[in-house]
Amino acid sequence: MRRARGFVFVSCAVAGLALAGCPREARKFHSLPAENARPEPVRLVSLQPGQAAPKQAAGGPYEGNAWAINQGERLYEQYNCVGCHFHGGGGIGPPLMDEQWIYGGSGQNIHDTIIQGRPNGMPSYGGHIPDDQVWMITAYVRTLSGQVPKPERPTRSDELFPHPSEQAMPAKGEKTEKASHPG
Amino acid sequence: MIAFLLPNWIGGHTAYHSHGVQAAHIEGLWWLMFWVCSVVFVAVMVALGAAITRPPRESGPPGAIPPERRERMSRVVAGAVGVTVLVLFVLLFASVSTGRAIESLRASKAITVKLTGHQWWWEVEYKDPVPEHIVQTANEIHIPAGQPVRVELASADVIHSFWVPSLHGKRDLIPGHSSEIWIQADRPGVYRGSCAEFCGHQHAHMGLLVIADPPAQYAAWYAGQLQTPPPPADPLLQHGRQVVEAGPCAICHNIQGTQASGKLGPDLTHLASRRTLAAATLPNTRGNLGGWIVDPQTIKPGNQMPANSLTSEDLQAVLAYLESLK
Repeated sequence: MRRARGFVFVSCAVAGLALAGCPREARKFHSLPAENARPEPVRLVSLQPGQAAPKQAAGGPYEGNAWAINQGERLYEQYNCVGCHFHGGGGIGPPLMDEQWIYGGSGQNIHDTIIQGRPNGMPSYGGHIPDDQVWMITAYVRTLSGQVPKPERPTRSDELFPHPSEQAMPAKGEKTEKASHPG
Repeated sequence: MIAFLLPNWIGGHTAYHSHGVQAAHIEGLWWLMFWVCSVVFVAVMVALGAAITRPPRESGPPGAIPPERRERMSRVVAGAVGVTVLVLFVLLFASVSTGRAIESLRASKAITVKLTGHQWWWEVEYKDPVPEHIVQTANEIHIPAGQPVRVELASADVIHSFWVPSLHGKRDLIPGHSSEIWIQADRPGVYRGSCAEFCGHQHAHMGLLVIADPPAQYAAWYAGQLQTPPPPADPLLQHGRQVVEAGPCAICHNIQGTQASGKLGPDLTHLASRRTLAAATLPNTRGNLGGWIVDPQTIKPGNQMPANSLTSEDLQAVLAYLESLK
């Protein structure tokens, strides 16, 4: 009796394993879990069926941050973006300082172009450059085409300064303001 | 008194314990100035104390000084001025002759090391007319003891300054302008140096070691540095090497004989043979190396190494691989 039960158990297990190993005939009637779908797709074109979805935010996490744009400028040189795009004027690669964007000019578009690569020569940097730095480069590239207000783009080199610029240090100003207006 | 005791507390970074001919000249000048200035200081204080405590000799209207006393006073002042001028000329002569002496160290055939300052680490390249004999390393200069070594100085970004107080004075590394300095260590030993020109956030963590070896040991070290590390046989090391080549390490760092050929960060070909990490900031241990790879911005905020989020398996493999690069 005990042996028979053991045999049934083992054969069921083997059958289960065999079935699981045969995805060709599997019919999955439930759609994939929601987390597999990207919440907000990156759109390369504006043409959409039905009503156009609301536009995604233009920049990235570092939009308008002078220090990050400055770091992006340094990385743009160091990772040899200049090798093909030059300083925005374009050469082997397309120019970045004009209004034309083949693969979209939003922050997410530029980020994905760097991460994924594009046909005809743009290498894929995903996994080779930390994501954080890709966003810095994105913030800098967006300044090249004048999509960002000019005052946000610094002409300085932040690596030459020991601390953030005075206007970038709000803590001190807040303190004095609180002190001068108690309550 | 503190100045005498300090060297023992700050890890040998001191000009009071000279281990090179030039540093010995500088130390001699320093002690000459120290004792001369001490004697002058004591003499001035004694004269001042005597003047304050001596009671007035005669009571008369203020300002009325007898002519013979006025003459004696002016002789004393003239004598003191003469002694001061003489002492200053002695110090000037000692200073100029020290400058000449430390500049006279030269040799027609000497090892040339090119030292390039970066924010915030030192790139070291041993020059050689034969390209295969060039050695690249970082933050550590090995030199043969008892021989003059020529150090070429350059900077990749801002002004830095090369200062190994046990061996020599300071010399600036200026962007776009190459200069040179000759150093010599009389005895084998490890001499700590640092950047002596403020260069940004992590200026204080821009150290380097000058390691003077006996000539035979130096030759062995150099031969070891010329070797390309063999491809690892161990699967763990192979995985680590694969992560280094395919991950974010390779875009900035160079490891000879692999696809990692970046030029932005320190050369890692013989990382495990070095004593320190992050420009003499941390001892080169497995724990420090792991912490540095995962979160360098906590150790040296503002430095150009980004944080790397590796899985723990990948990180252990990378650490094992890097530790195999002797």
